[in-house]
Amino acid sequence: MTMETALPRYTSATDRSRRDAMAARSARRDPRTEPGPVRWLIIGVAVAFLSVFVVLPLVLVFAQAFSKGIAAYLSALSDPEALSAIRLTLCVAALSVSLNLVFGLVAAWAIAKFEFGGKTFLISLIDLPFSVSPVISGLVFVLLFGAQGYWGPWLQAHNIHVLFAIPGIVLATTFVTFPFVARALIPLMQEQGTQEEEAAISLGASGLQAFFRVTLPNIKWGLLYGVLLCNARAMGEFGAVSVVSGHIRGETNTMPLLVEILYNEYQFVASFAIASLLAMLALVTLVVKTVLERRLDEGQIPHGH
Amino acid sequence: MKGRFPMAIEVRNLVKKFGAFAALDHVDLKIRSGELLALLGPSGSGKTTLLRIIAGLDWPDAGEVSFDGQNALARGAGERGVGFVFQHYALFRHMTVFENVAFGLRVQPRAIRKPDSAIRARVKELLDLVQLDWLADRYPGQLSGGQRQRVALARALAIEPRILLLDEPFGALDAKVRKELRTWLRALHEEINVTSIFVTHDQEEALEVANRVVVMDKGRIEQVGTPSDVYDNPETAFVHGFIGESIVLPVEIHDGVVRLGDTALNIAAERGSAGPSKLFVRRHDMQVSAPGWGGLEGTVRRVRTFGPIQRADIAVPGRLGETVIEIDAPRDRELHSGDIVGLQPRRYRIFADQP
Repeated sequence: MTMETALPRYTSATDRSRRDAMAARSARRDPRTEPGPVRWLIIGVAVAFLSVFVVLPLVLVFAQAFSKGIAAYLSALSDPEALSAIRLTLCVAALSVSLNLVFGLVAAWAIAKFEFGGKTFLISLIDLPFSVSPVISGLVFVLLFGAQGYWGPWLQAHNIHVLFAIPGIVLATTFVTFPFVARALIPLMQEQGTQEEEAAISLGASGLQAFFRVTLPNIKWGLLYGVLLCNARAMGEFGAVSVVSGHIRGETNTMPLLVEILYNEYQFVASFAIASLLAMLALVTLVVKTVLERRLDEGQIPHGH
Repeated sequence: MKGRFPMAIEVRNLVKKFGAFAALDHVDLKIRSGELLALLGPSGSGKTTLLRIIAGLDWPDAGEVSFDGQNALARGAGERGVGFVFQHYALFRHMTVFENVAFGLRVQPRAIRKPDSAIRARVKELLDLVQLDWLADRYPGQLSGGQRQRVALARALAIEPRILLLDEPFGALDAKVRKELRTWLRALHEEINVTSIFVTHDQEEALEVANRVVVMDKGRIEQVGTPSDVYDNPETAFVHGFIGESIVLPVEIHDGVVRLGDTALNIAAERGSAGPSKLFVRRHDMQVSAPGWGGLEGTVRRVRTFGPIQRADIAVPGRLGETVIEIDAPRDRELHSGDIVGLQPRRYRIFADQP
């Protein structure tokens, strides 16, 4: 109330109350947010963009797949060529994810827990498969294993088929998906440091015991996160696989390759039926990813009570 | 713990370098069986490195470590019978308190591993010892700093170590908990009778808890002695400056006369000492007297009184202008700002400057 006496005398009571009300209104506005119209414009643009570029294609995939009814959809999926592609894709994903699980873990371990020369170089190398076009990744393997390639003649002499066969597809997929596991683990392991392992060793644990009882439980959510993304990309990879596969029907066509082939042959239902499987994989991946991210944020501390 | 003799440790000529930095520079140390020893020094003095080498978590570039006369360096960390308590506890975050403590027992080779019931009984006993049995099912993330510290200790004790090593055991705790745990650690040490070494940069902690204190600086041992030894009879300028509060004055010694600037002090130099030196006096060992009797004189600048003492800032003339020193005087001699007083060290040490 002493404030009021300090106000200039000529200010009338109504003036004062009007000004107070205005001040209160502008003070009530959250300084972190924009005025209403701007806010709605930004939200609108984002939603429209997502609808057109993400939701609509997803809906269309399923619409096309079921356009001739559910029977046509199921028969398209049970076609021998489709079954072969599904089998191959699962097999390739299983192999390259397992390989990357081991390589990624080893690379992350080396980077996070040891000091050595060339470490920064190795960290940059890990990202290489992300920064190079998948087609180039595939061509590299053609140059190495192709008939005119570096090791080609030797492989041919020993009757080992890499290119245009499953090994080539696995190699290309592994190369392209290598960074996922390592990327997920490096920051996690760096943050956790080596003290818990040291504690385990000083309590008499062997190296393997320390790994399986201390290190692995500490990184399991990060590891699963990396494996999940690695798997999604391994099943969906097109470019690199296309170069090394040779497109032998019923033999070296993975699901993404078969989608393209069927589409080019105007078999839309069959093409989109396979595509719908890949889309479902994406949706499942998204859900599991969200769950895993939540576990990672919780700092991996399970709460007993 | 029961019926086992604690181990004696001997360290000879230990050298450890990290690049060009010498963390340990030819260190020799004998640690007696059953004692509670403090490694005290500023950060970078090599105390943690020494502890980690004894534990087997680091390896020296040269030198020997032996436990009861046997070469310890031939054995890995897990085979040395050493319990190690880490500075930030390093508890296994995904295990309950109970499983943390049980870890060392569960990873033993099958041939010597105890049956599960015996492990459970032992863990319970240890949790009782550290007064945490009621937290057995919690995870480390749910505990306070002091509780984590005690879990780490119980975990280290589970393997019945003959040596217990603690790296800055109270470093991360607040002052009150720190004091409680200090007393508790002392009592525990008496109860379990294990040769124990702890690292600290806190002199009060070292002097209050340890039987003997090793003062380290720059990878070298400056002095080894009981708390009263290192406090009352510091052997080097570093120890005198590092332990307790000291007044340090730059003096010059000539023909047995100690001078501060132009003033000759009424104190005796050690025989044979000469040249620029440092005079060290404890704050409470600087006696205040009436001026005009020769010796050091100064002007009182500021007086604060609390408890039984008064602390005064006194400006004394020196070679390069005046220096302000802080002294503690008993309350019965009243000091006022502006007074000119005589100053006479009751006890003091003079160390020649290192060339």
